[in-house]
Amino acid sequence: MLQRVKKGRATERIVQSALFLCGVLSIFTTLGIVAVLLFETVAFFREVSLLEFLTDTQWTPLFEDKHFGILPLISGTLLTASVAILVAMPVGLVSAIYLSEYASNAVRRVIKPLLEILAGIPTVVYGYFALLFVTPLLQSMIPSLSGFNALAPGIVMGIMIIPMVSSLSEDAMYAVPQSLREAAYALGSSKLQVALRVVVPAAVSGIAASLLLAVSRAVGETMILAIAAGQQPRLTLNPLVPIETMTAYIVQVSLGDTPTGTIEYRTIFAVGMMLFLSTLMLNLVSQWLRERFRTA
Amino acid sequence: MRIEAAQLRKMLAVRRATDLAFRIAAVATLVVALGSLAVLLVDTWMDGAGTLSWAFLTSFPSRKPEFAGILSPLVGTVYLILLTAVFAFPIGVGAAVYLEEYAAKGWFSRIIEVNIANLAGVPSIIYGLLGLELFVRLLALERSLLAGALTMALLVMPIIIISAREALRTVPRSIREASCALGASQWETIWHQVLPLAFPGILTGSILAFSRAIGEAAPLITIGALTYIAFLPDGFLAPFTALPIQIFNWISRPQKAFHANAAAAILVLLIVLLLMNALAVYLRQRYQKRLQL
Repeated sequence: MLQRVKKGRATERIVQSALFLCGVLSIFTTLGIVAVLLFETVAFFREVSLLEFLTDTQWTPLFEDKHFGILPLISGTLLTASVAILVAMPVGLVSAIYLSEYASNAVRRVIKPLLEILAGIPTVVYGYFALLFVTPLLQSMIPSLSGFNALAPGIVMGIMIIPMVSSLSEDAMYAVPQSLREAAYALGSSKLQVALRVVVPAAVSGIAASLLLAVSRAVGETMILAIAAGQQPRLTLNPLVPIETMTAYIVQVSLGDTPTGTIEYRTIFAVGMMLFLSTLMLNLVSQWLRERFRTA
Repeated sequence: MRIEAAQLRKMLAVRRATDLAFRIAAVATLVVALGSLAVLLVDTWMDGAGTLSWAFLTSFPSRKPEFAGILSPLVGTVYLILLTAVFAFPIGVGAAVYLEEYAAKGWFSRIIEVNIANLAGVPSIIYGLLGLELFVRLLALERSLLAGALTMALLVMPIIIISAREALRTVPRSIREASCALGASQWETIWHQVLPLAFPGILTGSILAFSRAIGEAAPLITIGALTYIAFLPDGFLAPFTALPIQIFNWISRPQKAFHANAAAAILVLLIVLLLMNALAVYLRQRYQKRLQL
């Protein structure tokens, strides 16, 4: 009997330690990401100065005449992400207001999962759609549009992140206390006035959190841009010409046979570091805003 | 300020009109969003349905588009996801159990929590860079199925942990207390009472996480998975390819015939995803019934 109790206690301890290790693994994943990026990035900056990396306006590591200015990749990333958010913000917010304030429960139950499908479609599929459907369609309206451009993948990426904006914003609006709405109605407000002047301002930190998360997702998105935006790093704000994003550059190098340990190989980690830091910052601010509306 | 009746009527009419205008605009917006989804599906169907055939599913990729099929990428995807699940499912659920049932609410569990939330937001291509250095180079697994599965496992782990924790939280406290009162230890309570009740919910969340992994191409391309493979992987260390990579490869070619192949492969990928999601919905429904007892 005593032996069984002892054995039971031992099992208990072993199980608990094993589960603890599972939990700690997530910390090692983060440490691993940081270590890998840091290790190769430090090696990269032994050969390229930080100043050149941040100020040079050309990115040509794969050419004879090498330039390591990340600005063109950043501008490409910002350009496509801006197009995406310009699509996702109005559509996502209007949908969120409608679902939270106007739609009946039955309508909400049908529309929400349908919108979620947009976020579940693989990104190569969106890439196919951007390159072979949206770009030709836009070309019939804008003849000067190149076959690869920032506009079509940006729009398609915007469609992809609509559910992210709409569902998180709707959660924030739904959480606004009913008493605020009732007070506004009692003062004679219309439904639209309540939605725009009471609910939206009360939920603004949650809405901002959803937008930042959507931007972060757009910045980190890879396949749509690798397929439809081109491979020409170019410092421009013109959405009609081919560009290259940070993510698409990593894919471009990965597809080639770049020997490990070379400066070309290390560029993808330096670019990856930049990408990691920007999305991390967006995610952290977004999380902070979300906690604020939860406690408010 | 005094308002005349006529003025009031006019103001009310304006209010009703703007309200109606917003309703119409909102419905129009939703129609555009869901319409683009419909256009995407119809466009892919029209491009690819003609190519879809039994031969397409059972042939290897080829340099000639009319003979090309998706046998090796399809098999590669199935192997990859099964192997990913073998790693990610037990560890992810274990981490969730630890955080929900064991961890004291202190700074340490708070760090793990924030960390998992952040990992879920790291772009998938960054996981590819991690896999490239850690699994492909440091552990010398080369561009193998195993390296791909380990990378994917790290990628889906945060999603599995988050959804498994939600499932564990739906198990009522009273069940744990009843079990402990009858003399069961904490692990006995978890293993015999909590996990069986939470299992369908955990499974639903995990299936959704794996269905996201099935569509991922970026991390696999980054670790160097090959884009042209005309044989089936014969072990964990064999090179492999996967459906999204094959689709990417076909889209990148200039010939129209390859684009039709890409569309057909997309249809197969979407059907696989649809089946997995249907399974998840079915499990969720059964789960809800059970908790109502």
